[in-house]
Amino acid sequence: MDWIDIILKVIYAVLVVVVTMTIAGYSVMAERKIASWIQGRIGPNRAAIPGISDIPVLGRALVKLGIFQLPADGLKFLFKEEPMPAHVKKIYYVVAPCLSLIPALVTVVVLPFGVYFIDGQANPLVLADVDIGILFILAISSLSVYGIVLGAWAGNSKYPFYGGIRSSAQMISYELAMGMSILPVLMWANGPNGGVGGLGDLTLFNIVTAQQDLWMAFWMPVPAFIYLTALFAETNRLPFDMPETETELVGGFHTEYGGFKFGLYFTAEYAHMVVGSAVFTLLFFGGWQFLPTFGFLPDWVANPWASWGWIGSVVSVIYFLVKMYALMVFFIWVRWTLPRFRYDQVMTIGWKYLIPLALVCIIFYAIFIAAWDTFVTIDNAPAIIDRALP
Amino acid sequence: MSKVVERKPLTFFEKTYLPQILGGLRITLKNFFKPKVTLQYPEERPPIPEGYRGVPTLVKDPNGREKCVSCQLCEFVCPPKAIRITPGEIPEVSETAHVEKAPQDFEINMLRCIYCGMCQEVCPEEAIFLQDIYSLVGTSREELVYHKQKLYELGGTLPDEHYKWDKKKEAAERAAAGGHH
Repeated sequence: MDWIDIILKVIYAVLVVVVTMTIAGYSVMAERKIASWIQGRIGPNRAAIPGISDIPVLGRALVKLGIFQLPADGLKFLFKEEPMPAHVKKIYYVVAPCLSLIPALVTVVVLPFGVYFIDGQANPLVLADVDIGILFILAISSLSVYGIVLGAWAGNSKYPFYGGIRSSAQMISYELAMGMSILPVLMWANGPNGGVGGLGDLTLFNIVTAQQDLWMAFWMPVPAFIYLTALFAETNRLPFDMPETETELVGGFHTEYGGFKFGLYFTAEYAHMVVGSAVFTLLFFGGWQFLPTFGFLPDWVANPWASWGWIGSVVSVIYFLVKMYALMVFFIWVRWTLPRFRYDQVMTIGWKYLIPLALVCIIFYAIFIAAWDTFVTIDNAPAIIDRALP
Repeated sequence: MSKVVERKPLTFFEKTYLPQILGGLRITLKNFFKPKVTLQYPEERPPIPEGYRGVPTLVKDPNGREKCVSCQLCEFVCPPKAIRITPGEIPEVSETAHVEKAPQDFEINMLRCIYCGMCQEVCPEEAIFLQDIYSLVGTSREELVYHKQKLYELGGTLPDEHYKWDKKKEAAERAAAGGHH
């Protein structure tokens, strides 16, 4: 690799992390706004930056929309007094919030969030195009629970400890369902009718190209539902926010935290949400593709701007972001709809319903895909976008 | 008569909770688009009911004279001892010499005041009123001890039915003219 390549990758990586962090930060604002709108309130509409918010119409509108709430919150967190309780385990107490944020940012590395074309060949816009993309995401994202458990333990008091224990139990039970629910997707994407990467390829790019005809959410609704439920549990969103149940556990794992350390936990939760919605979009909502072709519509429906060069790439990224944001709004919407599950209900749903259901899905789709391959033989599945094999 | 409610077993779809969840999502979505009901406080003020007991203030009569005669009844009756009056005389040459007395200083410590309204009830001159001022802020303890000038600024002028001092002045003038009274 040339050193220019390396520098470019570094710039690219910093850019991606900055963008992810910004989206995570602004999703906090979105959460506050949507929460207040659902509850009949108006929400944050005061924070203003002198200069920008003095622009006649636009500035006022931005203030009303609460755009400047993020810097205000960030500065507040930064300048707040940060007490460290005397009874905490100091090193772990400081390390834990970082440990919680890092996995979320690492997973972004393998997320393809767009497509670009070189000589008619589609290439994913991704930091590291590794073959085991989805495995990498599953592996790294499950590490985030260490931040929570370590923070809970370092807090050295009862309620955080309960929160940490709950979090780990919940993570174990839902990680399994999550992993199993995406197996049908991988089977389809790697079948003869699947993407272009070839058999045995776990890249997310492959999975997205396999969805050109039909998004997975349409014909694999049950795995999609299981994955979504598990995603709610993994990101500790309501109705599965067992680790921080305010009513039972004061604040849960972050009871002993304040100031910017709490802010890191907070951002980490939202970063997980961002990455989780991105993965869900890639797996089930056709990634950056415009609309599914359903097998009979012309191919340009899926990616109408493919021939437009870099503009097409930008548009594909925008599609991806729109889908991701829609999912984030759904996350927030559900939060203000459903009450929190009881802890035993959480365990029951995870172990007794989701995991068996996921197993049934695997068996069903295995048989279905095998039958499809055998009887509805598609000779020479048209690989619309040919990808150069190394 | 007790009525026995028969509990029907849940159907399969009800057991999955999905219809209920979707119904809940529909309700929250409806609320999302409803007009908002919150009061935008500093710009919009809530209506204050009649007889609200806000900050105690001193009022002047329609002729612009201070009504308080520094009798100190409010000072004595004030349960938290928030009021302190320094009595003062009105000079002979003054326009309002016929008025009995006036306070040299009148201070209310708003940090102690409990808004009980006893000062208003006890005042024989109807000079102190608890009006509808409710948002009280300050950056120091000293700032929240309201002195005479501040109290008159807050109180303003209220209508007066009796015009006690006018009558007194007329009586004094008649007496000076040699008539009975």
